[in-house]
Amino acid sequence: MVKPANRIITGAHYGLKDWLVQRITAVLMVVYIGLLIVFIVVYQPESYEEFKALFSIRWIKIASLLFFAGLCWHAWVGVRNVLMDYIHPMSIRLTLQIMCIVALLGYLIWFLDIMWG
Amino acid sequence: MEAQYPARRRPKYLNLLKIREPLPAVVSILHRISGVLLFFPGIPLFLYGLQLLLQSPETFASLQSGLAHPLCKLFLLLATWFFLHHLFAGIRHLMLDLHYGLQLEHARLSSKLVLIFGAALTMLAGVWLW
Repeated sequence: MVKPANRIITGAHYGLKDWLVQRITAVLMVVYIGLLIVFIVVYQPESYEEFKALFSIRWIKIASLLFFAGLCWHAWVGVRNVLMDYIHPMSIRLTLQIMCIVALLGYLIWFLDIMWG
Repeated sequence: MEAQYPARRRPKYLNLLKIREPLPAVVSILHRISGVLLFFPGIPLFLYGLQLLLQSPETFASLQSGLAHPLCKLFLLLATWFFLHHLFAGIRHLMLDLHYGLQLEHARLSSKLVLIFGAALTMLAGVWLW
């Protein structure tokens, strides 16, 4: 007896995950930006000390990190889509994709350094 | 067998410089271009600005004087427009995903709104900057 193939023939649904991630990160980023604008309007920071104090509040630091990580993930999905659409030779596309991933990881470390360094 | 067309010459290929894009297509390609530009040079410039803002009172002062330069303001305004267009076109995308505004006339109206809101808020930001 032949076993039925234990797989979904319509694809691995990698695209669906990316599509969903891009939208969830987009909504989270909008929420963060909205909160930050409210905070800045309420506290009206003007000097270096006031900005420093604002970004020293722990939950703002954590929310900012979540925002930036979401931004990186969002950017990766978008840039990957763009590269898949326009860059067809596999060697060039893969090189560019690796460069983007390395850049995004570097940005993330830079961000951590600014916030916690 | 090829179909015989009357005297009217039909284009043999899509020349992006010759065809007139419908409004939703303009919004869509601007969404993509603004996204790429926000990724680069957007993110590194944003991080550089954040670093200047938070590192020390001296870097904070240099950020302030740098942003006071008219060219810098113009650049910031352009970046604001890219960001706002990307934001509004993205919201439109989410609405389309939820099956709002799928009819042609609604899609045209919403793309018009995206362009108008992006430009209007950018101008407001410009007024605030100067």
